[in-house]
Amino acid sequence: MRQSLLAALGLLLVAALPFVPGVPPFWFTLLNYAGLSAIVVVGLVVLTGIAGIMSFGQAMFVGIGAYATALLSLHLGLSPWLSLPVSLAASGLAALVIGAITLRLSGHYLPLGTIAWNISFFYVLGNTDALGRYDGLSGLPPIVLFGFPLVESRHLFALIWVCVALSILVTQRLLRSRTGRAIRALKGGVIAAEAFGVDTGRTRIVAFVYAAMLAGLSGWLYAHMQRAINPTPFGLNASIEVLLMTVLGGAGSVWGGVFGATLVTLLKDQLQNVLPLLLGAQGNFEAIVFGILFVLILQRAPDGLWPLLTRRATPLPPHHPAPAAPLAPRPAEPPGRVLLDAAGLRKTFGGLVAVNDIDFSVKAGEVVALIGPNGAGKSTTFNLVTGVARLTAGRVRLFDRDVSGEPARAIARLGIARTFQHVKLVGGMSVIENVALGAHLRGRAGPVRGALGLDGAEEAAIFAEARRQLARVGLAELADRPASSLALGQQRIVEIARALCLSPALLLLDEPAAGLRFREKQALGDLLRQLRRDGLGILLVEHDMDFVMGLADRLVVMNFGAKLCEGPPVAVRTNPAVVEAYLGSAA
Amino acid sequence: MSRLFEAQDVTVAYGKIEAVRGVSLAVEPGRVVTVLGANGAGKTTLLNALMGVLPARGAIRFDGRDLARLPVEERVAAGLSLIPERRELFATMSVEDNLRLGAFRFRGRPQEGGSLEAMFALFPRLKERRRQLAGTLSGGERQMLAMARALMGRPRLLMLDEPSLGLAPLIVAEVMRTVADLRGQGVAVLLVEQNARAALQVADYGYVMDGGSVVLEGESRALQADKRVVETYLGVLAADTEPARGVG
Amino acid sequence: MDATILMLLLQDGVVNGAIYALIALSLVLVFTVTRVILIPQGEFVAFGALTLAAFEAGTVPGTVPLLLALGAAACAADLVEARHALDARRILRIALRDLVLPGAVAALAYALGPGKPTLALGIALTLAIVTPMGAYLHSIAFRPLEKASVLVLLVAAVGVHLALTGLGLVFFGAEGSRTPPLSDAMLPAGPLSVSGQSLWMIGLTLAIIVALWAFFGLTLLGKALMATAVNRLGARLMGIGPGMAGRLSFSVAAFIGALSGVLVAPLTTIYYDTGFLIGLKGFVAAIIGGLASYPAAAAAAVLVGIIESVAAFEASAFKEVIVFMAIIPVLLWRSARADPVEDEE
Repeated sequence: MRQSLLAALGLLLVAALPFVPGVPPFWFTLLNYAGLSAIVVVGLVVLTGIAGIMSFGQAMFVGIGAYATALLSLHLGLSPWLSLPVSLAASGLAALVIGAITLRLSGHYLPLGTIAWNISFFYVLGNTDALGRYDGLSGLPPIVLFGFPLVESRHLFALIWVCVALSILVTQRLLRSRTGRAIRALKGGVIAAEAFGVDTGRTRIVAFVYAAMLAGLSGWLYAHMQRAINPTPFGLNASIEVLLMTVLGGAGSVWGGVFGATLVTLLKDQLQNVLPLLLGAQGNFEAIVFGILFVLILQRAPDGLWPLLTRRATPLPPHHPAPAAPLAPRPAEPPGRVLLDAAGLRKTFGGLVAVNDIDFSVKAGEVVALIGPNGAGKSTTFNLVTGVARLTAGRVRLFDRDVSGEPARAIARLGIARTFQHVKLVGGMSVIENVALGAHLRGRAGPVRGALGLDGAEEAAIFAEARRQLARVGLAELADRPASSLALGQQRIVEIARALCLSPALLLLDEPAAGLRFREKQALGDLLRQLRRDGLGILLVEHDMDFVMGLADRLVVMNFGAKLCEGPPVAVRTNPAVVEAYLGSAA
Repeated sequence: MSRLFEAQDVTVAYGKIEAVRGVSLAVEPGRVVTVLGANGAGKTTLLNALMGVLPARGAIRFDGRDLARLPVEERVAAGLSLIPERRELFATMSVEDNLRLGAFRFRGRPQEGGSLEAMFALFPRLKERRRQLAGTLSGGERQMLAMARALMGRPRLLMLDEPSLGLAPLIVAEVMRTVADLRGQGVAVLLVEQNARAALQVADYGYVMDGGSVVLEGESRALQADKRVVETYLGVLAADTEPARGVG
Repeated sequence: MDATILMLLLQDGVVNGAIYALIALSLVLVFTVTRVILIPQGEFVAFGALTLAAFEAGTVPGTVPLLLALGAAACAADLVEARHALDARRILRIALRDLVLPGAVAALAYALGPGKPTLALGIALTLAIVTPMGAYLHSIAFRPLEKASVLVLLVAAVGVHLALTGLGLVFFGAEGSRTPPLSDAMLPAGPLSVSGQSLWMIGLTLAIIVALWAFFGLTLLGKALMATAVNRLGARLMGIGPGMAGRLSFSVAAFIGALSGVLVAPLTTIYYDTGFLIGLKGFVAAIIGGLASYPAAAAAAVLVGIIESVAAFEASAFKEVIVFMAIIPVLLWRSARADPVEDEE
């Protein structure tokens, strides 16, 4: 709880400041700047620290918010309160357009793209007559609260830091919600998120737009605080500065971001006083210190300073929605119904045939195992069935529906859940939150409901369901632990609980026994037998022959991409071709 | 016999998960030592740790020198070489360039490294393909190129990770023959294999890993006869094989 | 716009494009070998131009003490890096590279600088001062981040850019400089005339491209760099250390950057922070080439140069905007081809 204690202490200090007599106004001005940056940084934390997307364009979104409100209040005489929604919408819309163009690209194109956008934005501002060119716009009205114009820095201070607090509150809510789990799942790998129905492309855009809207809010406040704006504070260097605040404080939590924003603002002020004296000239010498700080922090404390202060890695404290009834399960399929029917699956990489005309099917209440030596093409087959890899030829039918070529997301929607050979849990999320991600498709709440906290009933049901599935696999007592603190065997079981949370008819398990110890394998076998009794169809790829032989109803044996044979364990283990393939010729 | 290579109490952890726990092993010059185990037993992780690709705790000594904290390239300079499971060839470069880079540690004194001619004599297929890009080779040819590239660096300890992976039985036999031949040249070999039968036939000594630890070790002959090894790695299928040969 | 003006603009564009091509090539080299997106490449350009300008003015350039300081810091970083395998030979090698070499260069600069060296000597000294900075920056900032992701390396690169720009201000001040052209000749070519300077620029660019090709195609060291770009782990397993590969590629980048600065300094006034924009235009070209292809990057650079010169003529206030927005269609095109479901390692 050290984190909340420190944070509460900090906020309390801030709240008490205006009531302390004799505090010089300059302190308030400085802290106002810190607060304005903090709002932007909170958005950047969501974007960079949580979703893993980097942006060098946040100052541009601040600028869009600032110029939007400036134009409205100067030309239409609108009250700042009326232009606030426009500022937010303008920043959000800009992010939507830019995100739609750049966000589908792999990692580094977005930051490079945002550099280009931000530089262009600066030159557009500086060369457009309607925006006052490099002189900018002035004569903006102050914000009026209950008939009281907020002009003095002491008064604005309160408003700005209330906005900081609200940003933190809304962000924490959003991150805890269904959308927030999807955002946080981006770091656990796109494939895993998509396998549970998360539209990762859309989720990235949501995070980008949210961060931009917070920047827009900051721009709105800035415009009416300064009451005059020009392009300089919205240039690339300002964007780099907010990124420094995020990296320095710690991109993993909103508190780290607020801490970083305050620290850099105060440091910058001191440096601007000291360095010119030291160097005997005027100029932006603080850039030298900031640049060195960037590199040092990345080398020595890549998670930022905040986690060093609080010794906490996870962004959110454990979360316990009110107890509720779990979600209604999907009606069981009649035993023997064909759930999955794969025909003529084929995959080639260049000239290499990885999977060569494989056929098999899985029925409800049946365990089918796909086995074969290393490199036989089992994993590729698995990826073809789950929509992760594209078929070269062949057809996959699920519940009599042709899903060949459909993405993993669409396949998950039909009631197919999977686990991964290399465990793909989100390390920074608690076990129960990871499991709750499995129920993504069973909830409906969007980002707005989540951010405003209007999703309580649905969240309670999802968490009750997650708890039920955790209990089903026997890990209920680990619910609040960070997923990364579990042993490999437990992580594999958590993946099964997450898959069950989708309420699947068909469960696909990729090497569930790999790396497990004997006792863990036994427990896993018992669990899978129980699931079979419950009517699930199970397809597993497995190496461990002992494990498979005692469990599967049918085996499909692959070698060199082709199907070697198929049948019940007894028949397969006596098949000489299989023996040969598995043990290798005796050289 | 003196110990060329010795690892003591090597532990590798991914976060909280220990993939290799306290493994100790030794390889003498001119001997082939194999590490067996099921998928996920930690064999590949162990090899990567010995080579310095993954950080590990524990002692790693080579020729009396402590290598445990040295980076990969320093271990290469000391005479270690690893052929990883994925081969890691330079796919968009020619076979010949791949081989020349194998002797990179001898740059400036090429006469000390392996020669292209010797490699082409060992693997005639590579000579036919010397101008071809490595990425266009077949699976068997890739494994040969990986071995030849490693031998160009004149290693004193060669570590192979699953050389039989994805290869047809005939090629596996050829690869294993090459491994056995290395013994004659005084090269020590550490061989990680799932194909336990093939590995034990060329190896002098073997370790069996399970759940990240060594659970059994001994001379190959003894391991081949050991009931536990037979059951777990050779025998799951083989136990029923003999009487069933005729069933087809 | 008539044909003569168009020809003039095209000529201008090709000459500017040559500079962007040089920068784009070094960016592709550094990115493929080290995964670092070298934002500070522009600073090498500015340092090259301003260093030469200082020699032209008969002073010792501020980059000389900077070189000594960077060398000393790199020495410390290299010693820390190699602490588990330190022997006399290695310490000597590090000291030669990080202390003796910059010391010798600095001694030459202090000896020759005040006497206003000839242009050729000034250029040689400039290249000798700026080139090692690449290696030192790699040792100081990027080698310790070897395992970090591309994004973290990018942030570090931005940090290095900030620091170098600030240091540029300290050492060179806020005033800009220009140097005399490499050649005053004017050659008639139809309705136009071609300056000797443009020919120098295009000729040297082609020479660098040929030299790079020969380096990668013919030398083992060049092939080792290429191997690192193709397969990082494979290269390490051959004993090609990431430190060596990084220092080498950063030095090549610094050399090319300084040379670009020398070439561009007669055309436009260079300030301590001018390099950033020039470098970014090289980035636009490199990105169009996917940060992977040398020929595509070089071709795109010429295109960027032409877009810039046409934009400067038609809408000079929005010149930069037009150049930077040229990447949007490329990003869109790449976006449409991208596989949406793909885990980044």
